[in-house]
Amino acid sequence: MSSTPKHTLDPNKWIDLHSNYMYNYTITRVNNHDVAKDLVQETFFSGLKAMANFKGQASERTWLISILKRKIIDLYRKNNSKKGKAEVRMNFYEDGENKGKWIEERAPSNWAETADAIIENDELKLALVECIDKLPEKYRMVFLLKTVENYETEEICNELGITPSNLWVIIHRARVQLRSCMEGNWFNK
Amino acid sequence: MSKRILIKCNEATSICDKTQYGEASRFDKIRLLLHNFLCHRCKLYSEQNKLMTKIFKVNKEKCTEHKLCTSDKEAMQDALDKEITS
Repeated sequence: MSSTPKHTLDPNKWIDLHSNYMYNYTITRVNNHDVAKDLVQETFFSGLKAMANFKGQASERTWLISILKRKIIDLYRKNNSKKGKAEVRMNFYEDGENKGKWIEERAPSNWAETADAIIENDELKLALVECIDKLPEKYRMVFLLKTVENYETEEICNELGITPSNLWVIIHRARVQLRSCMEGNWFNK
Repeated sequence: MSKRILIKCNEATSICDKTQYGEASRFDKIRLLLHNFLCHRCKLYSEQNKLMTKIFKVNKEKCTEHKLCTSDKEAMQDALDKEITS
């Protein structure tokens, strides 16, 4: 018994139907117009080459996005191997009697604004994007995959060849650094 | 193998981060609660961390206004057409 594919591909309509959606998806993850544009274009090319593998089980857009996701991860990985060693400020004493405790000047301070109403502020979003950009590449990549893409821990570990412990150390450092950056750039400016 | 109930600030903040993704164990949550009860800095960190999570979520859903301009789309279409016919 053969099942008929529910979905079909029509590459002639890809730009009209999917380019904006895919660009929007990409720009929020790579934060650079040219890079996002190139990734979308490459996705269409890869889609053309892989058309024979399309089984019609997913929609055309879902299928293209799955290719795009792979390309974004490859980019993260490439960037990571290129730089990735930016300095991360330590926030806790690493030895001595205070080991594991907050370093005095890095400890959280009260924020001037904490009301839920501020979280929809567009300037706050810009401040957040700037702070995410300042993260070391590897931290940024893991943080985005986990927080923005909602990838499972196991999935990220498999993709990047790291252990769950590594992942949580990275997430922790990224979030501590982001919190500290937002404290300086927004909440206590 | 028993885990300590009392933890340091670096462990507490780490558990707090896992909690943001729903991946902290019940025992870890208890350890975090106890630590935060005793440590005002980590309590503050936890409160601010929760707010940060809300900010990430809201802004993730808000990012819908980016579009390619017409010339970018045309260039993309030309390149794709060439690829289709080659």
